[in-house]
Amino acid sequence: MALMRNARRILAATAATTALALLAAGCTTPAAPAPSASGAASSSAPAADRSITFIPKQLNNPYTDVVLGGGKTGAQAAGFAKSNVVGPLEASASSQVSFINAETQAGTNVIVIAANDPDAVCPALEEARTGGAKIVAFDSDTNPKCRDLFVSQVVAKDVALIQVEIISEQIGGSGEIAILSATANATNQNEWIKFMEAELKDNPKYKDIKLVAKVYGDDDDTKSFQEAQGLMQAYPNLKGIISPTTVGIAATARYLSKSKYKGKVALTGLGLPNEMRAFVKDGTVTEFALWDPAQLGYVAAFAGKALLDGTMTGKEGDKFTAGDMGERTVGANGVVIVGPPTRFNKDNIDKYNF
Amino acid sequence: MNRVWSVLRWREFPVAFALVALIIVTYSVNPAFLAAQGVKDLMLNATILVILAAGQTLVLVTENVDLSVGSVLGLTAYSVGVLFAVFPGIPIIAVFIIAILLGGVLGAINGLLVSVAKVPALVITLGTLYIYRGINNAWAGGKQYFAGDRPEAFGDLSVQTILGIPLITLIALVILAIVAIYLAGTRSGRDLYAIGSDSDAAKLYGVPVTKRIFSVFVANGLLAGLAGVLYASRFNSVGATTGDGIELQVVAAAVVGGVAISGGVGTVVGAALGGLLLTTITSSLTAMRVDKFWQQAVVGVLILSAVVIDRVSSLRTTRRLRVSEARNV
Amino acid sequence: MSEVLSQEVAAGRSGAARVMTSRGAIMWYLVLAVLVLLSLVVPGFASPRTAGFLLLDVIPILMIALPMTLVIITAEIDLSVASTAGLTSAVMGVLWAGGMNIYLVLLICLIVGLLAGAFNGIMITAVGLPSLAVTIGTLALFRGLALVVIGDNAVANFPRELTTWATSKIGATGIPVFMVIVLVLIAIFAVVLHLTPFGRGLFAMGFSKEAAEFVGIDVGRSKFYLFVATGLVSSMAGIFWTLRYSSARSDNASGLELAVIAAVLLGGVSIFGGRGSVPGAVAGVLMIGIINYALRLQRISDVVLIIVTGTLLIASVVGPSIFEWMRKVRHDRRVHRDLTNPAKSSTSPAS
Repeated sequence: MALMRNARRILAATAATTALALLAAGCTTPAAPAPSASGAASSSAPAADRSITFIPKQLNNPYTDVVLGGGKTGAQAAGFAKSNVVGPLEASASSQVSFINAETQAGTNVIVIAANDPDAVCPALEEARTGGAKIVAFDSDTNPKCRDLFVSQVVAKDVALIQVEIISEQIGGSGEIAILSATANATNQNEWIKFMEAELKDNPKYKDIKLVAKVYGDDDDTKSFQEAQGLMQAYPNLKGIISPTTVGIAATARYLSKSKYKGKVALTGLGLPNEMRAFVKDGTVTEFALWDPAQLGYVAAFAGKALLDGTMTGKEGDKFTAGDMGERTVGANGVVIVGPPTRFNKDNIDKYNF
Repeated sequence: MNRVWSVLRWREFPVAFALVALIIVTYSVNPAFLAAQGVKDLMLNATILVILAAGQTLVLVTENVDLSVGSVLGLTAYSVGVLFAVFPGIPIIAVFIIAILLGGVLGAINGLLVSVAKVPALVITLGTLYIYRGINNAWAGGKQYFAGDRPEAFGDLSVQTILGIPLITLIALVILAIVAIYLAGTRSGRDLYAIGSDSDAAKLYGVPVTKRIFSVFVANGLLAGLAGVLYASRFNSVGATTGDGIELQVVAAAVVGGVAISGGVGTVVGAALGGLLLTTITSSLTAMRVDKFWQQAVVGVLILSAVVIDRVSSLRTTRRLRVSEARNV
Repeated sequence: MSEVLSQEVAAGRSGAARVMTSRGAIMWYLVLAVLVLLSLVVPGFASPRTAGFLLLDVIPILMIALPMTLVIITAEIDLSVASTAGLTSAVMGVLWAGGMNIYLVLLICLIVGLLAGAFNGIMITAVGLPSLAVTIGTLALFRGLALVVIGDNAVANFPRELTTWATSKIGATGIPVFMVIVLVLIAIFAVVLHLTPFGRGLFAMGFSKEAAEFVGIDVGRSKFYLFVATGLVSSMAGIFWTLRYSSARSDNASGLELAVIAAVLLGGVSIFGGRGSVPGAVAGVLMIGIINYALRLQRISDVVLIIVTGTLLIASVVGPSIFEWMRKVRHDRRVHRDLTNPAKSSTSPAS
């Protein structure tokens, strides 16, 4: 019984001695890992050791999964020894920062990032750069001053114009439309929306189309669904919805296809063929656009390699080879375009599998 | 006149009044609010919250709380997706049963830890909130199952209506009735109120406290499982983050509906009305084109008002009891 | 409650011995052991970078954990801390974008925190509502106000000097400069709780509100001050968050309250009130922070982090419960044996 009473004392004493012993052991071991850890990310890293990490906007996103698949293939083809994917489970600006920091500490050579907020990730990215890492932004740009290069899937303006064109065709050139976007700060979304608004205002072909609302579904399926619902309630005369995000268009399609608005309210935007196939076949959606997301990841990986090798620095006019995709030239502001967008409708949707 | 006063004293009166007032105001601003599609959407949106609030009421009445319902819903909803994908021909009723039982098991773990280890439910369910969410993430990873992966008939549960009421809402109403009758009419149901008012006294009186608390958590788990199945029917995707954060909405719905956090009072009907009120606010604000950003703030004010009303009414009851005791002596 | 006291009285510990074997101290030994273990096992962990990144991540939780410890010791709880931080962030963003002087903005933000805490305090002490219910309400209300104030926007162009200062480190040690402020806070709260009569009064309130009132402690006023302090520190955490990420958004610090409570409970503060220590709470925050950081460094998914936090939390409360139960069983068995065999029993009750 005395043991019970002394148990706490013994436990505490053991814990203390263990801690002290380990501490002493730790102190005598030279902190050798430290300098090499912080210096490992120098660009003179031997080719055999190179690592690349992809940080998408969020992890549970089918579109992102396709991009990352292409990125993995590209990283392998470009000769990276290790390729990783890390990221938050929800598209949040501040959570990406912890992942960037971990990569800086681990000494990754190339960080490929799609930013949830162009500015919030900047300080962390700059610290990574001081540690020697190369930063490639893809899908959603960061502030240009904290990345070396931005790989964009398509020319932003083209994407915006295509969607406006499609919706105009489907609503007969006049009526009210709304935009259901992702998160309010996503760079790519805001760029596209800006072009769309400008096009609607300036192009005389669209003078009878009125943009009445912009709502944000945060790339969350349930929230996008509810926002779509809200749109129809607030604007009963709505004739078309543009959703330039794969999560948003899928959620809206689901809502429309089970409601009385099916076929009466046009829906277009950027969607994944596999997700949208059912809705194209049942008539909820007539046509939508996208590109091949895998190409985006693929080119980004090769861009990272070129930056590491020193074959380019990311300024306008630089060229690099993107494996099977051929030679690419860097455009203004450090932007590389992957290719033109594709339109999907019931005639060609079965040809694609992503 | 006394009859009128006694209606006003119902715990559920404030929330019922608020709901009716809200609907009337919104309708006058935007008549489309009560169009068929709008009403159907209202009912569908409220269904899941109502079921969760009913289960939470059972727990709150015994002076406990269950914060893990969001994670339980996520797990059961995801399991529905997996079942349909892995066993393509599986009968829908089997999916219902398996998912509900899964919820029950998760609830049983909570119940065991709370009733046997005598640790406050707040802490236990906070821990299981994390653990179940982690399991959901580990199981699902980045994978999501979409409506297209589930049979048409399953998705139609949220579309077909009988007498204008969607099927899943009818399921919720039946559940609500069962739980309400249990709480108000059966011996074990009334025991829960005793436990919530003073668990030591209840134990002395002979109420099997441990058994009741355990079964309450199991029941809440079963209901959360059911909510998960209906969620999978109604919404497009189920994955790792399904149901994240819904627990506070559920507790808010119950509190607004007159169920006190300190236990011992409240009814399932009140909690259901609270859930309906909260979902209606979102739709109302959108329909009235009021900046939807006000929604959360409004919910906060409602919760605080409900708590104040509860306090005021309990003070009144105490004073009335004291006075009547004095008089009877 | 009385079992705890009798155990300590029976064990006869005092002074240094009691401090060194307390739950808080044990937590610290474990933190040190884990730190050393991870430095040896995880490559790249033992570096000034770790100190910097880890502490920057942990600072908001650490700051809020301090007043939260005091609040939980008085058997109350405050779930609205993260929403206060978010509201502060939103106000900061809007005022700065509106062109106000940055220092005036910071002052106003601190006042916002004070008012938020005071609101909680009044509802809980003057009106007499249960703190769990009230703070669930203010959790929604303050977050809602943040949304109303800043909407879907994000303000990002805070003054460079301030944002760099928020993330700057002390020389080569890698420790953030902001830690100095945090250390001062820790010192203040530790001294108040453990070395002042006010602090001892808090423990008394946690044990028994009525007894504390009988002894003359002004329970209402003390709790009011605590909630005001919580609001103030939450707004400081909100300011730090905004400057660190250079981004003011309505969803900043969302969900932080659960992390704070989990860490504080892990650090030995009892949810029933009346027990706990500031060093213990700090150790709890560090423990979770260190393990999370090491796992992230190894690119282990967030999934595992979440499960670890939950398991630690449950283990930390169920564990003592089990120990208590085992002790009770042994005690009961001994008493039973002594009663049925009076001839054999030893007379000392504390054996």
